[in-house]
Amino acid sequence: MTALSAPGGGSLALSALDGVATVPLALSALSTRYAYATFALLFAIGLYMMIASPNLVKKVIGLNLFQSAIFLFFVSMAYVRGGAVPAIPSEGGAVGAYASPLPQVIVLTAIVVGVSLTAVALALIVRLYTEYGTLNEETIREVMDE
Amino acid sequence: MSNPELALLVAVPILAATLPLLVGLRFDSVGWPIATVAALVEAGLAVFVASRVATEGRYVHSLGNYPRQYGIELVADGFSAAVVLLIAVVTLAVLGYARRGGAREKTYYSAFLLLCGGLMGIGLTGDVFNMFVFLEIVGLATYALVAAGRSGRSALAALKYLLVGTAGASMYLVGIGFAFVATGTLNMAELSRAIPETVGYSDPLVVASFSFVAVGLSVKAAIFPLHTWMPDAYAEAPDTVTAYIAALVSTLGAYALARIIYSVYTPAFFEAVPLAGDALVAFATTSIVAGSVLAVIQSDVKRMLAYSSVAQFGMIVAAFGLGTEQALLGGAIHLVGHGLMKVGLFLGVGVIASAYGVRTVREYANLGYRSPVTVAAMGILLLGLVGIPPSVGFLGKWYIAWGAIEAGAPVVAAVVLFSTLLTLLYVARLLETLYFRPPDDVEGAVPAADVRLRSDGGGDADAGTDDVSADADAGTDDVSADVGAYVDVDDAGMAEINAGTGTRPVSFGMVFVVAAIAVAAVALGFAGPVFEGFLGPFLEAVL
Repeated sequence: MTALSAPGGGSLALSALDGVATVPLALSALSTRYAYATFALLFAIGLYMMIASPNLVKKVIGLNLFQSAIFLFFVSMAYVRGGAVPAIPSEGGAVGAYASPLPQVIVLTAIVVGVSLTAVALALIVRLYTEYGTLNEETIREVMDE
Repeated sequence: MSNPELALLVAVPILAATLPLLVGLRFDSVGWPIATVAALVEAGLAVFVASRVATEGRYVHSLGNYPRQYGIELVADGFSAAVVLLIAVVTLAVLGYARRGGAREKTYYSAFLLLCGGLMGIGLTGDVFNMFVFLEIVGLATYALVAAGRSGRSALAALKYLLVGTAGASMYLVGIGFAFVATGTLNMAELSRAIPETVGYSDPLVVASFSFVAVGLSVKAAIFPLHTWMPDAYAEAPDTVTAYIAALVSTLGAYALARIIYSVYTPAFFEAVPLAGDALVAFATTSIVAGSVLAVIQSDVKRMLAYSSVAQFGMIVAAFGLGTEQALLGGAIHLVGHGLMKVGLFLGVGVIASAYGVRTVREYANLGYRSPVTVAAMGILLLGLVGIPPSVGFLGKWYIAWGAIEAGAPVVAAVVLFSTLLTLLYVARLLETLYFRPPDDVEGAVPAADVRLRSDGGGDADAGTDDVSADADAGTDDVSADVGAYVDVDDAGMAEINAGTGTRPVSFGMVFVVAAIAVAAVALGFAGPVFEGFLGPFLEAVL
């Protein structure tokens, strides 16, 4: 999947990767600090929701939140201030700074994975609901142990 | 650098996974034949890759011929070839069992093949993000297969596994995100070069990245206290699924951890940040003790074996954390050996559940004389799990303990030896029930056989517990002869049992697979030099 991010133009993609590696970390972190803060916040909220909520659907929502936080992290780390869209002009030639395409492709893949996981989770929840008539995990466990 | 067999190993089962559904539109019960053909192709490819690795060492395949900075590499070296061989063998064994003992549904075999393809992918990939994708493919297929138990319990177990497993995989994704920010590459070989060159090992970004990756993959490998999904998933899944995932899914999780530690962060990282290695070893060592103790107190046999896996994976990960040559070799051997022993044990549990409908330790009373071959094979595998020579279990533990002493970690060595005692505790309890407890005392146990069994069957079973080496020397012929005898007895005894309990007939193939795995586990106990020779180049390359 990551292979798609380098359609022929080796030197172009290379300069994008160099951009990620050489922009001083402190500077780039500073300029996009709010994105990273949001990432940490959403990550923690999602994780907490997954653990603390007894409602199975809310657990899955927590999982989605948790994953969205990671997508945000990837997209924001690829961002270059003033950078262009990482598309290769048909006449060729690099055009200054542009956002790294690789993390964006990663996020696309990760979104696909996340959607399939959500589908499987919801299918399981439907099955549990038809069997037990509730979405509360604790109630389901009580019924099971009887 | 085009070696298409590596890509085919991953692609064949994934493409074949669509066939049961497609062909199933026209014909019935096509799942098993398609899966078997795919598994045979996989086995052939795996043997080819292993023999190539044995002669020419590590080689790679670049997908789409992109340079490795942006493309995906598939890498075959000694370690991955060993794991790929294990996957191929276990897939064949489980399918051999599933012909009579498994599910009939087409979707079941689709998920099974998808799982096989994902596992092969984890084993071969040389790209950290690609590994995440394969981890999730394995996860998705496993959740579906666990839920194939059809009961509400299995659905809840699968959902729990899904939540925990996805959280783990997402942690791993965050970890590689940090590594990508630090270095700008996702290729393992590039990362191992770029981490020290660009930011250095002790950079907070690299340390954080390692922590996330280690926690995420520890979830997949079921290291205490991240193991909670495992007992439920193993206990509630259908028997063939339990056998397959117990042998391979966590194994590939631990493999991924080892691969990341040695091919991405390299042992130099542990030298620069000693805390990382120490913490990993400490958690893994706790896992050995906790898993063993929890296994001792279980009454359900599948649950007991699941907790035993927690302990064994603790041992494997501890070995990977120690990072000496012997420890790493031992970890790799135990990884393969444990997978083999667990598939045999869970299939044995499946045979007994099919024949008698019993699942708890108590109900196993006296079964040693009702199903001599299956129980003898399970006995051999259980003793192998303890680490009694000659068995692959002993070989792995021996190298791990040796490596622990070599690494100057006597605590780990002591825990490995102590855990052998704890393992013996639950194994001895099971063996005692199987052979020495009269069934009349236990409610729900299978009543003693009406027909007195042929003496050679019972005698062989005794030999299995008392003297494993004698049994091993007796060799394959003996075992298969007994299998024949067993089936005769079994057919006679089965008709009356089937009537009441809703069990299903045990076929020759099911028993044969369990017996063959036991023989293989003993035979591999003599294969120490083979392992050393095969894994040697890999160990030299990473250490």
